[in-house]
Amino acid sequence: MEQFREWGLSAAIFLPLIGVAVMMAFPKTDEAIHKVIALGTSLLVAAIGVVLLFDFDYDNAGEMQWGVEHDWIEIINTQFSVGIDGMSLPLLLLTMLITPLVIIYSWNHFPEPHNPKAFLILILVLHTGMIGTFVARDLVLFFVFFEVVLLPMFFMIAVWGGEDRRYASLKFFLFTLFGSALMLVSFLALYFLADGDTFSIVGLSEAVSENGVSRNAQLWIFGGMLLGFGIKVPMFPFHTWLPDAHTQAPTQGSVILAAVLLKLGTYGFVRIAIPILPEAAVAWAPWIGLLAVIGIIYGALGCLAQTDMKRLIAFSSVAHMGYVMLGIATLTDWGINAAIFGMVAHGLITGMLFFVAGSIKERYHTLEIKRLGGLLVQAPRMGWILGFITMASLGLPGLAGFWGEFPAILASYNPANGVPTTLFRVYMVIAAIGTVLAAGYLLWLLQRTAFGEPSEEFADDPHITDTNRDEWIAWTPMLILILVFGLAPGLIFNVTDPAVQENLSECLSVDLDGAKKSEFDVGLCERDGIEAALASLDVALADVDGE
Amino acid sequence: MSAALLAQVVPFERPAIDWHAFAPELVLLGFGVLLTSLDAIFLERGRKLTSALAGIGLLAALVPVITLAIDGQDRYLFGGAYVVDNFALVMKALFLLSGYVVVLMSTNYIAEGDYWENEYYGMLVTSILGMILMASARDLITIFVALELLSIPAYLMATWRKRDLRSNEAGLKYYLMGVFASAIMLYGMSLLYGVTGSTVLADIGEVVNEGDSTSISTLAIVFVLAGFAFKVSAVPFHTWAPDTYEGAPTPVTGFLAVASKAAGFVALVQLIFVGFWGRSDVYEPLMWALAAASMTVGNLIALRQTNMVRMMAYSGIASAGYILAPLAVAGDSVAIADESLRAVVTYLVIYAAMNLGVFGVIMAIARKTKSAEISSYSGLFHYAPGLTVAMTIFLMSLAGIPPLGGWWAKFAVFKALASADTVAGWSLAVVAAVNSVIALYYYLSVLRTMWADEAPDGDVSPIRVPASLVAAMALTAIATVAFGVWPPLVDGVADVTLLGAGG
Repeated sequence: MEQFREWGLSAAIFLPLIGVAVMMAFPKTDEAIHKVIALGTSLLVAAIGVVLLFDFDYDNAGEMQWGVEHDWIEIINTQFSVGIDGMSLPLLLLTMLITPLVIIYSWNHFPEPHNPKAFLILILVLHTGMIGTFVARDLVLFFVFFEVVLLPMFFMIAVWGGEDRRYASLKFFLFTLFGSALMLVSFLALYFLADGDTFSIVGLSEAVSENGVSRNAQLWIFGGMLLGFGIKVPMFPFHTWLPDAHTQAPTQGSVILAAVLLKLGTYGFVRIAIPILPEAAVAWAPWIGLLAVIGIIYGALGCLAQTDMKRLIAFSSVAHMGYVMLGIATLTDWGINAAIFGMVAHGLITGMLFFVAGSIKERYHTLEIKRLGGLLVQAPRMGWILGFITMASLGLPGLAGFWGEFPAILASYNPANGVPTTLFRVYMVIAAIGTVLAAGYLLWLLQRTAFGEPSEEFADDPHITDTNRDEWIAWTPMLILILVFGLAPGLIFNVTDPAVQENLSECLSVDLDGAKKSEFDVGLCERDGIEAALASLDVALADVDGE
Repeated sequence: MSAALLAQVVPFERPAIDWHAFAPELVLLGFGVLLTSLDAIFLERGRKLTSALAGIGLLAALVPVITLAIDGQDRYLFGGAYVVDNFALVMKALFLLSGYVVVLMSTNYIAEGDYWENEYYGMLVTSILGMILMASARDLITIFVALELLSIPAYLMATWRKRDLRSNEAGLKYYLMGVFASAIMLYGMSLLYGVTGSTVLADIGEVVNEGDSTSISTLAIVFVLAGFAFKVSAVPFHTWAPDTYEGAPTPVTGFLAVASKAAGFVALVQLIFVGFWGRSDVYEPLMWALAAASMTVGNLIALRQTNMVRMMAYSGIASAGYILAPLAVAGDSVAIADESLRAVVTYLVIYAAMNLGVFGVIMAIARKTKSAEISSYSGLFHYAPGLTVAMTIFLMSLAGIPPLGGWWAKFAVFKALASADTVAGWSLAVVAAVNSVIALYYYLSVLRTMWADEAPDGDVSPIRVPASLVAAMALTAIATVAFGVWPPLVDGVADVTLLGAGG
C-alpha cells in the first residue's frame, strides 16, 4: 500500500494517455475495441479513485497525502509534484466518476460525424488534463495541465458540435487562452518578486509572506489570476463564451464542461490565488463579490429569456457559479467550504441537466422549449428525472444543490476581517433574491417541457422512448449522489474543512490595520472550524430574527 | 640578388591547426566534394544515391561534433577568430540535424519534380557547411565568409523550380535583398575595423566597450546588426520573406525558415555577446524595436493570409520577434545575458523542430491537393487524420500551448524578460503575451478548417505519403512533444554562455 501511494496519483494522471496510445494502434473501424479500451481505462482510473477514497486519512484531511515529488525542470526549480488533500479530493473523485459515465452514455450515442476513436481519445486526453490540474502542487505543472484541457475540448466542440460550432469553439479557446496567458505572467511575476526560487504552491505562499512582495505588486498579480481563473469559472462579464460553447458542444462535451472544467477556475482561486496572496484577496474580495452577485442575477435573468433548453442550463451555470464565487469572496472558512460543496453539487446537478437535455435532443431533435412539452406523458421516467434534478438545481433542502447555495449566502452575512461587512450583507440579499429567480426559471422550464400534453408534431413520434439502459447506468450514480450529499452534507464538509483551514490559515497573518471587526466574526482569521462558524451563524440568525 | 631578396622574406609558418576542432567541417566538405564528383563521373546513374549520401554526410559530420562535446574543451583557433565551444557545438548539431530533416523532406520532392538532384544536394551541403562555420566564427571576416557560403547556395536553391516564374521571383528577390544586406553589413564592418584595428570580435569588444569613438562605433554596430536583421527577416527588413517562401520549393522554404534563420541569429548573438556586449545603449533599444515590430506586424499580417506558406512566412517573422526579444535586455547584467542567450538557443532548437514539421505536413498535403491554400485543407481530419494530428501538434506548439515544445520556448523568453525586471523587459513581455493570443487565432483558424469543415467535392481518398517524409514528420513531432513534456532535454543544450568566449 505504501508503494501504491507513491505512484497511485501519477498512474491516475497518465493511465488515460496509455489508453490513448493503445487506441492509436487500432484502425478506426474497430469501434467496439475503442469503446472497451476507453471505458476500461477510465474505470481503472476510477478504481484508483476508490482505493484513494478508502485509503485517504480523513483525520488528517488538511494534510497533503499521496504526495510525490520528482525533479522536472531543474533550471526553474519546478517539480513534478502531486498530492491531494481534503480540498482536492472531492473534485478529483468527481472527475474520476464523471468520465466513465460519459463514456458509458456515449456507447450508442456518438454525435455526428461519429468517429468514436477520435472522440474517445479526446475524452481520455481531457481526463489526463483534469486529473492533473486537481492534483498538481506546482504552479508550472498546474499551468501545463490547465492548458492540456483546452485542445481536446476545442476539437470536441469544433468537430462534433452544433451548427455554430466554428464560432463557439474558437471563442471558447481564445477567451480561455487570453486568461491563461495573463495567469502565466502572474505566475512568473510571483516567481521573481517573491524571490523564493520555487514554483511550489506552498513554497511560494511562504516566500510571499517572508520576503514581502509589495502590496501593489500583489494586487496586480492577483488581478492577473483573477482574469485567468475568472474567465474559466466563468464570472460576469467574462462569461459570454459559456452559453455558446455549451449550446454548440455535443452532450458529452457539455457534461464534462459543466461538471469539471468550470471547477478548474474556482479551484484555482481556493488552491492558488488566495493561499498565496491573502492580502490581495482581501482587497479584491468586494469586487469578486460584486461580480459574483451580478453573475447570479444576470444569469438568472438570462435564463428567463432563453428559448433553448441547453442555453438556459448554460446561463443557470453562470448563476450557480456566482454562488460559488460569492462563497469564495467572503474568505471565510464557512464560505469556502460552501464553495467547494457548491462545485461538486453543481458538477453533479448541471452535468445531469445536460445529460437529460442531450437525451431529449436525441429524441425530439430540438431543444426549443416551446416545441417541447409532455415529457412526463411520453417518457415518464425521464420526466421525473428532469423534475428531480431541477429541484436539486434550484436548491431544494435535502438535495445537494442546497448545501452549495445556502451556506454561501449565509457566509456573506459575516465576511472575513477586512472585507466590508455591510457590502456583503447587501450581496447576501441580492443572492437570496437570485434563489427565488432560480426557482422561477427552473420550475418554468420543467413546466414547459415536462408537463402538459405533447405537442402535435411529436405526439405520435415512435422515436420518443423512455430512459434506456445506457442512460440508466450513466445517470443512476449521479442521481444517488445528489440525494446522498443532500441528506448527509457532512460527507463533503468534513473532508474539505480541515484542508480549507490548513490552506487558508495564511489569512491569519494579514495585517488588518483599521479593519472594522464585526461582533459575529466568523472569519477564518478568528474561528477555528466549521462548528464555531455554525455556532456563530446561529447567533447571527437569532439576532436577525430578534430584529 | 634574388637570393638576397628571398632571404628577406619571412618564411611562412603555418599556424597550428587543431584538426579535431575542424573535423565536422572537413567531413562535410568531403561529402560535398564526393557528391559533386559522383555527378561528374557517373552522370545520371549516380542520381539515386545522392540524397542518401547527403543524409549520411550530415549525420557523419555529427560524429565529430559529439566527440568534441564529450571532450568538452573550448578550443580557440587562429587567435580567437574561430572558436569551438559549447555554443558552437550546440548550433552545429542543430544545423546538421535540421539539414538532415530537410534532406528527408526533399528526397521525393526533388526526385519526382526532376529538379537536378545532384546539384541540389551539393548546394544544400555547402550551405550547411557555411552554417557550421558560422557557429564558430568569432571574427568579422570569418563571419562574412560563412554568411556568403551559406547564402549563395540558398539563393540558387530558392530558384530551383526553374520553369516556374514564382520560383524565379523568389530567388531573385532573395538574392537582391541579401546582397543589399551584405553591403550594409560590410560597410558597418569596415567602420568597425577602422575604429578598432582588428577583425577579431573579442578585440573589437575591448575597444568599443571602452567608449572610444562612440559615434562611429554606434553607427557601425547599427549597420552590422541591421544586416543580420535582414537574414532573420525582422521587421522592417522582412519584405523578401513572404514572396521567397511562397515561390521557393517547399523543402527549401523549410530550410530557409529554420536553418538559414538560425544561422542569422547565431551571427547576431555572437556579435552582440562577444563583440558589442558593453554597448547595451545601442543594441538594447534597437532589439526592443525590432522585436516588438516583428511580433506585431508579423502576426497582424498573418491574420489576413489565405495561403499556408505565406502565413508561415509571417508567422516566421513574428517568431523572429520572439527570438530577438531577450536580446533587448541582454546587456543588463552578466546573469541576464546568460539568461537571454539561453532563451535564444532554447527557442531556436524548439523552433527548428516544430517549424520543419509544419513544412513537412504542408508538403504531404500538397501531394494530394497540389495547393497550399488554407481552404484546400478543409475536411482533412476525415481522410487524413494522422496528418491533421501532426499539423495540430506543430501549430499548437508554435502557439505555445503546453505540453508541446513551444510553450517552453515562449516560457524561456518570458522568463528572460521578466528576470531583467525593467520597464523595457516587462513592456516587451506584455507585447509578447498579447501577440501570443493574436497568433493563436490564425493557427486555430487553420486547425478549424482542417477539423471542422467538410472535404471539398466530398473527395476523401487518402493521401499517400512517402516513407522519408513520414520519417521527417515523425522525428520533428517526437522532438516537439518531448521538448515540451521534458524541458530539461533542451536545457541541457541551452546551457551555454558566450560572454568572454572570444579567448
